Amino acid sequence: MSAPHDDTNLGIAALAAPQRVAFPPNWPARIGLLVLALYVAYASTILDITWARFIIGLDHGAKFLSRMFPPDFSADKLSLLYVGMTESLQIAIIATVVGVLLSLPLGLAAARNLAPPPLAWSARALIALFRSLHPVIVAILFVKSVGFGALAGILALIVASLGFLSKLVAESVEEMSMKPLEAVRAAGAPFLSVVTMGVLPQVIPRFIGFAAYQLDSNLRNSALVGIVGGGGIGATLLTAFQRFDYDFVLTIVLAIIAIVMVGEIVSGWMRRMFQ
Amino acid sequence: MATATQAPDARKRERSLIINKLCKEYRAGQPVLRDVSLEIESRGLIAIIGPSGTGKSTLIRCINRLVEPTSGEILFRGRDMVALSGPELRTIRRHIGMIFQEYNLVERLSVIENVLCGRLGYVPVWRAWLRKFRAADIEHAFQLLDAVGLGDFANQRADQLSGGQRQRVGIARALMQEPDLVLADEPTSSLDPKTSVEIMELIASRAAERKIPTIVNMHNVDLARRFADRIIGMSKGAIVFDGPPLALKDSHLLEIYGGEGWLE
Repeated sequence: MSAPHDDTNLGIAALAAPQRVAFPPNWPARIGLLVLALYVAYASTILDITWARFIIGLDHGAKFLSRMFPPDFSADKLSLLYVGMTESLQIAIIATVVGVLLSLPLGLAAARNLAPPPLAWSARALIALFRSLHPVIVAILFVKSVGFGALAGILALIVASLGFLSKLVAESVEEMSMKPLEAVRAAGAPFLSVVTMGVLPQVIPRFIGFAAYQLDSNLRNSALVGIVGGGGIGATLLTAFQRFDYDFVLTIVLAIIAIVMVGEIVSGWMRRMFQ
Repeated sequence: MATATQAPDARKRERSLIINKLCKEYRAGQPVLRDVSLEIESRGLIAIIGPSGTGKSTLIRCINRLVEPTSGEILFRGRDMVALSGPELRTIRRHIGMIFQEYNLVERLSVIENVLCGRLGYVPVWRAWLRKFRAADIEHAFQLLDAVGLGDFANQRADQLSGGQRQRVGIARALMQEPDLVLADEPTSSLDPKTSVEIMELIASRAAERKIPTIVNMHNVDLARRFADRIIGMSKGAIVFDGPPLALKDSHLLEIYGGEGWLE
């Protein structure tokens, strides 16, 4: 009988070989998760988030929802909605266009493979500054400095667009292939021709995708900056809240959702067209 | 066209290249080129052979200053290339066409746009931006595409072409500069053997027809023997052989590449 004999042999071989583990336990990750879970529990008790409080909240929410229905589609409300919505659209589109135009040069200046180091680092610092504050905080700053209205909203969204788009332009310029640039330089092209024929063709298709996404995001944020005084539908929404016109609030929210969804479809088309 | 009307000796002067004691160190104390001196007459195909990492590519890139030489002189069109910068360097670069191992085309531009990139040293930025190239340049670009056998591909994007086709576009782009010197850095190393021969035939025939001196880096000794008028062998950053293909013996190859087994 050779089979049992073989079995013993295998057993000995397995014992002799050092134990191999395919999935070793990751102790730092386990401890990290445990600490995170403990902290969430602790923070919840501190903030008095209890089941009872949650039930009260649900009750409150149900009342609020019932007061929202049916949405208010009366003519005077619709004209308010129309005025606010067109202003928001204008804010979003102007901010996106200006942001797109300014972000190309700023992004190129921040690309370390094209710009001399002092220029690249100062452009990077500027972009970091633009990105450090949320658009709502930037909007509050602009409302305080240039006054209530659409101008403050536009400026806030330009800053937000610049922060996002310039960073992505700089990153895609740094990721592009330098080989065609070498060829164009070898032909004696001046710097701006190198950018025109060597850099932009590599970067523009992705940039159009970013710009479409930014338009989308500016449409959403234009409602937000309005709440802090930057003009547009946000202002209308805030007034409706303050007057407890919850049925009109629902109308506005539905309109914002519709606009953002249309914006998403349009930006999807743009990306597909230019890819 | 301007050069055709000039006296032959003037053109000869324009198209000759003299390299004097050229040195290049990427890291101090580790020279890649050691006192390379070289004189290239006004015509012919010169092949530079040698093992990888011996400085062939550095030498060719020093000529048009894609790589900064550490010391030495490069005389071309009566100027020392090493001393030039800014607009002067760009002006002289447009007289030097370059062909690359990996073609270095702008993938997302059309074939004709890539060929016209060879004119960027001549045209102002706004023309490049608006693609308003001169009609004569566009006509010339189409002729060059016909000459390299890609007349039907003018409006295709460069990334749709095969390797051999891309290198043909690269050649057309270099010729678009109406160069007085062509540099080719391993132009066939990314291509299959058959395409390599076709590409070398194309480079050699264009160089001969237009009487443009052409310097080609290559690994392939057989291709060098077949197409070059003159072969320069490099080893460890220095020139160890310089002569006609027939004078290149196994003993020279031994000195250039080292080892013996591969020569059998």
